[in-house]
Amino acid sequence: MRRWLATVSISIVSVLGLVACGGGGDGQASQAPAADGGKKQVEVFSWWTGPGEADGLQAMKKIFEQQNPDYTFFDAAVAGGSGDKAKALLASKLQADTPPDTFQGHAGAELQGYIKAGDLEDLTFLYDELKLKDVFPSQLIDQISVDGKIYSVPVNIHRSNVLWYNPAVLKEAGVAAAPKTVEEFIADLEKVKATGKIPLSIGSEWTATHLLENVLLGTLGTDAYNALFKPGADWNSPQVTTALQNFAKIMTYAGDPQDDWQPAAKQVADGEAAFNIMGDWAYGYFHNPPEGGLGKTSKKDFDWAPAPGTEGTYLWLSDSFTLPKGAKNRDGAIAWLKVAAGKEGQDAFNPLKGSIPARKDADQSLYKDYLADALKDWSSNKLAGSIQHGVSVNQPWLAAINEAVGLYIAGKDVKALQQGLADAATSNAQ
Amino acid sequence: MRRARTWLPGLLLVTPSIILIGVFVYGMLGWNVRLAMTDKHDEVSEGEFVGLQNFVDIWDQPRWHLSVNHAIVFTVVFVLGALLLGWLLAFLMEKGIKGEGTFRAIYLFPMAISFVATGIVWRWLMNSGTEERAVGLNRLFDWIGLPQWQWFRDPDWGMAAMALPAIWQMSGYVMALFLAGFRGVPEELREAARVDGCNEWGVYRYVVLPLLRPVTLSALIILGHISLKVFDLIVAVSGKQIITDVPAVFMWVAVFDSHDPAKGATIASYIVVSVAIFVIPYLIWSVRKERRS
Repeated sequence: MRRWLATVSISIVSVLGLVACGGGGDGQASQAPAADGGKKQVEVFSWWTGPGEADGLQAMKKIFEQQNPDYTFFDAAVAGGSGDKAKALLASKLQADTPPDTFQGHAGAELQGYIKAGDLEDLTFLYDELKLKDVFPSQLIDQISVDGKIYSVPVNIHRSNVLWYNPAVLKEAGVAAAPKTVEEFIADLEKVKATGKIPLSIGSEWTATHLLENVLLGTLGTDAYNALFKPGADWNSPQVTTALQNFAKIMTYAGDPQDDWQPAAKQVADGEAAFNIMGDWAYGYFHNPPEGGLGKTSKKDFDWAPAPGTEGTYLWLSDSFTLPKGAKNRDGAIAWLKVAAGKEGQDAFNPLKGSIPARKDADQSLYKDYLADALKDWSSNKLAGSIQHGVSVNQPWLAAINEAVGLYIAGKDVKALQQGLADAATSNAQ
Repeated sequence: MRRARTWLPGLLLVTPSIILIGVFVYGMLGWNVRLAMTDKHDEVSEGEFVGLQNFVDIWDQPRWHLSVNHAIVFTVVFVLGALLLGWLLAFLMEKGIKGEGTFRAIYLFPMAISFVATGIVWRWLMNSGTEERAVGLNRLFDWIGLPQWQWFRDPDWGMAAMALPAIWQMSGYVMALFLAGFRGVPEELREAARVDGCNEWGVYRYVVLPLLRPVTLSALIILGHISLKVFDLIVAVSGKQIITDVPAVFMWVAVFDSHDPAKGATIASYIVVSVAIFVIPYLIWSVRKERRS
């Protein structure tokens, strides 16, 4: 009898254990945004954990809590550059219908998947209430609208088409000024090669896609580049072939691939390499004091120019915040979006993050050195949307482009690259 | 009633784990295969049944061929490398080395480290910088005058280099398996062989090795299934780059970057099948052996 009792009780305990496991997940999920001393929490999901960007987020948090004494800010940031880990976690949160109150996403086509899945609320009402259509550039509004609706609030603008270079290395190679066209660029790379330095530094595979978008824009021109992302665009055209041949040629001058963009940028700062094409987040890395950067002097240790052939165009990308459907604290999320869209919030965040505000009415005196240049170009240049950073292509399309570029790096076959890009466009353009 | 008394307690005790495994292993496996047979190529569509379409279509994708090739190269180099190195270590250990316990612990230690930690260290060791930019192994090779390599970034032999950290991590474990096997060979058998005029090499070749076959088989299966599922090591060393793509990484990209659940499930099914090729013959073999004895 005693043995029986033991058996039955062990079985019951283990079954209870199972049930407890099942309940545990929900318990944890509801724990995070729980109320804190009568104040309601607003869970803000981002991937800003690095130096500069995390400081910017803190600055916005301060403004948010000053303006909204009833809410507390809950930082649900997930580390990892360009947010690939954050996006995977976000996907599972959305799948389980437990979205954060607001989450970060690159403005533009990257959000299409969420919109199609019905995860996001239309924010047109907020744009009308705050008259945001008057303070953001109209081209930006066009490029982030989906069927006339807008689903996110851009906080900042980054530039993708920046050519970073080391003036001393260029001088040594006899290159007088930064190249203006792709042809000049190739000629300059050849000159640098003769000196034994690395002509062009490069990081992991995504930095090759970043380079590709710059070469496409530099070869095709702004209008033809933007047309590539319209339905029925022709990626098999001879112009695209030329651009890809340029890309292939430029890649032959690339040094050993580094682990990521920072070591690649560092090669330029250290005078090992002449050129690097990277977004303007590299400026903070070059310029910031040693805890988060390299502490280099601009114009002396490193210098910049628009990527070859892209002067007059701002190849942009933007971090933005959204309003997920079913957010627990919808009012709190809207209050956060108002701070993120506001002049005060953007002027607090951007100088620290090393980007410029999306608003046209920013306080210009806050933006110095590179950022002053960027702010000037942003208000006067034509706009083109980045590929690698989610403006022009949605996530599956980007994955397909990265696949084609990766296969190119493994096999060096330009024709297959063009075919891969064309297939990616036909199966994903909409 | 008396009969029930003999089997019911046992059944009650295993029921929870049967339910757990039934739901979370076989249930999920079935759900995955069903998903792989639909056209659910984004998160929102319903997914119509399309049979084996996805399993056929994936062979049209150049990336799939590349990742399968990579997995084969990785598996061959890793399994053979770990078996040989593990065998060699066990062989040396068995020859009665001084401080055997210490050496055994040293060689077993890497097992205690996760593949992620191993990968991060080896990413630095296998940095592809050469000459004045060399770090890690290339720097060492530079000092002692050996040629420097691209390591995992080499388009042809990258995956063979990728197997090095895995060999480093698992060969100690294989050593422990073989050492136990060596110890299981009765001394009388060896002596009998020596009395019959067999030299030391012959003792190993004709007496010890045949008796180690079951150990070798278990080691092969354990290493083989680790190798076919490898994900964490690759991601820690090189990230999700095509140049070191394997099916498990491709699966991750298909689900989280391409947002194509059906494709991810298809790749997952292929991984299960490839592991099953290793495991099922082993199960059949061990069941038969049990019956015989």
